[in-house]
Amino acid sequence: MEVFLSQLFIGLSVASVLLLVALGLTFTFGQMNVINMAHGEFVMAGAYTVYVLQTSVFSASMVTLAFGLALPLAFLVGGLLGLLLEFTLIRRLHGRPLDTLLVTWGVSLILQQVARDIFGAPNVQVKAPAFLDGGITLAGVSMPYTRLFIIGLVIVALVAIWLYLSKLPAGRRMRAVVQNRDLASASGVRTPRVDRLTFFIGSGLAGVAGVAITLLGSIGPTLGTNYIIDAFLVVIVGGLGQLRGAIAAAIALGVANSFLEYWSDASLAKAAVFALIVVFLQFRPQGLVVTRRRGLA
Amino acid sequence: MSAVAARIFPAGSGRAAFLVRFTLAAATLLLVAPALLSDFRLNLLARYLCLAIIALGIGLAWGQGGMLVLGQGLFFGLGGYAMGMHMKLQDADAQGLEVPDFMSWSGVESLPALWKPFESTAFAVAACVLVPMLVAGLLGTLIFRQRVRGAYFAILSQAMAAAFVIVLVGQQGLTGGTNGLTNFQTSTFFGLRLSDPADKRTLYVVVAVLFLAIFLLGRQLVRSRYGKVLIACRDAEDRVRFLGYDPTRVKVLAYAAAAGMAGLAGALYVPVVGIMSPAMLGIVPSIEMVIWVALGGRTALAWAAAGAIIVSWARTDLSERFPSGWLYAQGALFIIVIAFAPKGLAGLSEALQERARALWSRRGGSGGARHDEAAAPAEKVEVAA
Repeated sequence: MEVFLSQLFIGLSVASVLLLVALGLTFTFGQMNVINMAHGEFVMAGAYTVYVLQTSVFSASMVTLAFGLALPLAFLVGGLLGLLLEFTLIRRLHGRPLDTLLVTWGVSLILQQVARDIFGAPNVQVKAPAFLDGGITLAGVSMPYTRLFIIGLVIVALVAIWLYLSKLPAGRRMRAVVQNRDLASASGVRTPRVDRLTFFIGSGLAGVAGVAITLLGSIGPTLGTNYIIDAFLVVIVGGLGQLRGAIAAAIALGVANSFLEYWSDASLAKAAVFALIVVFLQFRPQGLVVTRRRGLA
Repeated sequence: MSAVAARIFPAGSGRAAFLVRFTLAAATLLLVAPALLSDFRLNLLARYLCLAIIALGIGLAWGQGGMLVLGQGLFFGLGGYAMGMHMKLQDADAQGLEVPDFMSWSGVESLPALWKPFESTAFAVAACVLVPMLVAGLLGTLIFRQRVRGAYFAILSQAMAAAFVIVLVGQQGLTGGTNGLTNFQTSTFFGLRLSDPADKRTLYVVVAVLFLAIFLLGRQLVRSRYGKVLIACRDAEDRVRFLGYDPTRVKVLAYAAAAGMAGLAGALYVPVVGIMSPAMLGIVPSIEMVIWVALGGRTALAWAAAGAIIVSWARTDLSERFPSGWLYAQGALFIIVIAFAPKGLAGLSEALQERARALWSRRGGSGGARHDEAAAPAEKVEVAA
């Protein structure tokens, strides 16, 4: 029973990280049908923001302050990078999702190399704030504070997004564009502006995910590629642009990965999760939650 | 007689021009290159031709079929490991060992069941092409049947390659782990010793001949009636379905053909380069394969192959001189080619040819009638009037 619970907790922890990374993707993918392969690099940028704050801006003793400031700052860094990308490239490739995929992959290569040139290729360690050291043990399951913090962070992010989407006019406009772009545009919603805002928020969320990931281990230029495929799989399984779907998919994939890892080993578990996804897509090709069918070609 | 000739050469200048171009290319690859290039450079060209075979497959699946295959590394690896396993077993036999060297390092004492069939050359050769095709056929059917396509399929194909690499790296005793299969000391490839320079030149000729054969095969596939349905699936899949064809079958065939080509390329790559490791197979190398085709021109197989050769050559050249610069160049290549020149070099060449034809027909008044396919419609109307 203990083993089951601790695998469950690990699965939920993995799911929370996946969800943080995938939240931004759900927006950009669902909203604009844009596959942003540079999303992983925005996560990396957020992670390096913490590193820069800790090493260059603040002294070694103000780790907690650096970390606290890093959260909004990483959101800004990620968001601005996303905005820049949207403004220069994504706009030109409207209606060409496959080409956007390849172009953003090129951007991700460049961003990775920039990180390598600035910070060096080897991984660097970011210090976690002191109040996150240690953990609690509940029902025989050891729960480190860092992982609990990440789960908490995801919940806060989800609540913030829910508030934004349901209460704020800008959020309602975003929902309108996701549901029916043409009708929204005809109703007076300025879709290019909504797109830009969506990209900003989605990429900002990636930056915040990067901050969370610094709690899990060392960070390096290839941080993005480690998470990007899993994040995309979460989006595909969850259904386009559906928050509930992404949550469910992240939990499912995280827990499945954790249990399969326990039974076999890490490498076979990944392959098995992939096989499960292909099987799942046999029964529900549009993902877990669907509000619109994919259009006819 | 002329009716027969019209049957054999239906598009007049098209068929003859192609034969001329093909003969020139074949002569360059088979006669000129071995004569002019040193052993080292010829081996490099053999490597590029292997990669060009992959590009032919991607040109078929993506350029003609509209399926963005971002995971060809999987099939390249399946073919490469099949051949590598066979050659490793040959090596072990020649040295009198029971298991290949990396297995004894990993503590594996007896040959795993997966390896046993690869002792036979016939099985290994068949497996290089058939295993990728079967995997592609199975996965393709499962995915396309549910009408999962476009970007979703692209992501899934990436995930496939990623999962494959993870399994390869994780199962070190079985696959050699991150080092892959290497250290082929005494192996031979169908009697060609890998250490002998003269045999390596023969190996180049084998690779070049296979490349040309695959190119002709791909071209025939594209120009056949199947090819037309494939292109239709690329352009308007649902319409194809409404007309009574099954796009699933059409696309699975192209996907399996591309996988077989990648597998064959992998099998040839191992004797040419002497190593097959997971580093060549994952997400990053697989997407790189697509940029070759994007640069060359995704709609023309010959240009796709040319793109592969050009980018690989540039990579060897540039990454030696500017190791960090190569990634910038690659990223820039992706951005510039896809965003601003989506038809690649083929598109540029077409544009140049159009200009040349327009100039020619404008200069030689009556000669303009002969180049009517390319001449601007306005000019054609002028002549008619």
